[in-house]
Amino acid sequence: MPETIRRLLHTPQGAIGSVIVVIVLLAAIFGPWLAPDNPETFNYGNRFEGPSGQFLFGTDQFGRDLFSRILHGAQSTVLMAIFATVIGTGIGAVIGTGSAYLGGRFDELVMRLVDAVMAIPNLLFALLIVTALGASGVNALVAIGIAFAPGMARIARSVALTVREQDYVKAAIARGESAGYIILREMLPNVIAPIVVEMTIRVAFAIMLLATLSFLGLGAQPPSSEWGLMVSEARSYMFRNAWMMIWPGVCIAVVAIGFNLLGDGLRDALNPKT
Amino acid sequence: MSLSYLVKRIGFILFTLLAVSVIVFGITQVLPGDAAQMMLGENATDDALAAVRDRLGLDRPIWLQYWDWLSATLGGDFGTSLRTGLPVSEMMLPALQRSLLLALLAILLMLVLAVPMGIIAALRRGKPTDVVIGLGSYVGVSMPEFVTATVVLLLLANPVLGLFPATGYVPLTEDFWEGLHHLALPVLTVSVILIAHVSRMVRSEMIDVLHTDYVRAARMKGLTRRRVILRHALPNALLPAITIVALDVGYLLGGIIVVEEIFAFPGIGRQLIVAIQNRDLPAIQAGALIMAATYAIVNFLADLAYAALDRRIQYA
Repeated sequence: MPETIRRLLHTPQGAIGSVIVVIVLLAAIFGPWLAPDNPETFNYGNRFEGPSGQFLFGTDQFGRDLFSRILHGAQSTVLMAIFATVIGTGIGAVIGTGSAYLGGRFDELVMRLVDAVMAIPNLLFALLIVTALGASGVNALVAIGIAFAPGMARIARSVALTVREQDYVKAAIARGESAGYIILREMLPNVIAPIVVEMTIRVAFAIMLLATLSFLGLGAQPPSSEWGLMVSEARSYMFRNAWMMIWPGVCIAVVAIGFNLLGDGLRDALNPKT
Repeated sequence: MSLSYLVKRIGFILFTLLAVSVIVFGITQVLPGDAAQMMLGENATDDALAAVRDRLGLDRPIWLQYWDWLSATLGGDFGTSLRTGLPVSEMMLPALQRSLLLALLAILLMLVLAVPMGIIAALRRGKPTDVVIGLGSYVGVSMPEFVTATVVLLLLANPVLGLFPATGYVPLTEDFWEGLHHLALPVLTVSVILIAHVSRMVRSEMIDVLHTDYVRAARMKGLTRRRVILRHALPNALLPAITIVALDVGYLLGGIIVVEEIFAFPGIGRQLIVAIQNRDLPAIQAGALIMAATYAIVNFLADLAYAALDRRIQYA
């Protein structure tokens, strides 16, 4: 593992990606403590202000401090997106590993269903699920998790097929262990590692998707400072104070770039061929 | 491409479309409150609700309802919109045409820009041009459409410059240039992610192909660099692009939903969002089904095209 990290930090993508992701995670975790102001405090005397010493990023239509809102919003954007990806990966990994272990007709059926679900574009699928569940940040998270599961299942299955041929799995089968035990205890832990790379890239996509759902009014609801929602609210005022839109937009892009770079870096570090 | 392959693929696409219809129907059944409630509103009497449920057949077993819905849909009847009272097909099909125009222009713009960008980046690998294109494509794939759209609006549709209209749609048949003028920003926005993605893909394929023996052989034969790149390397680098572009149609469909909403473009994505906001069941079902079916069929055609073209260099 240290070897992988060394190689990761040696590629330009990996190094830049790691730095961005670490900063973003710190901001997401400690944001509420770092924020200089309450993100929901109205300052009617200071509406639509540009960046200044008092308000680092400026203020919005209620005079709320944009810097504090961005820091608070990091949680409902970044951490929620990571959580959604983890849920999707977890469900997908269990389905894919189980399908690979059981094999035969069952495997065939599951994979055909996975292909069919993947025929629905992610955003459309997530939209439909949120429509059924009702618009809220948590439901958007669940929707993205479900929408990601089939893709992860397919990847997990291909990894699991090789794991299944390993001696320790054969030994467990010979010991007469139950299918559940073999899938969850023997195979899954060895399937997870390769999936992590795929997961990192998916986080970037999850952030974009989550923000898009909020932007469309189907995710986080006001007064949340989720970044997609911030952009959506800023649209009405974009020619009065463009900063309201620029900061959350830039943040979404930078975080997505960070995870994309890290994912590419990890992929290169784990497959050192070129 | 053998017949059995074709039959298998057609069987699979039919299965996929069936599964998609089950999913779309299933999800809309989970919605809180049924169609009768939505038509009559919160204050409807139980008798009135029962009458409408009876008329719409909502009391019947769910699989019978599904069957009725599916057979009507296959006959081109998507039902009646709960919001407007018009046949859903009359709302959706013209919207679909406008969205297809938007999508085709976006794909066209993508091909015109992404392929040359990918080739140039591959030929100048590691040089500043390559780095700039690479960075640009990282930014491109990392910006959700709504962020790109707001940037584009801020820069190109602001009241000071007013270069492009911020919203609206003018049919090309009515006023060609005005129509294009209105289409410019939506097309630009929706194609950014595609351009970024495909140019990266063309670059990496091109780099692989440039190192193959046949390209080296063509070079040593003394062919001009231009001929080697355009006639020998490019076709082989572009083959995998077919599959990638087909998969990107998935992004494109998602992008179209967002972009149509932002630019008030009367396409199928906007129809879908309006239907979702108004809980207009038949319209949600139709919109989702049409979009998912489009994606499935595009991927099916891409697979066929790939199988037909992948004959590994034939000199006839």
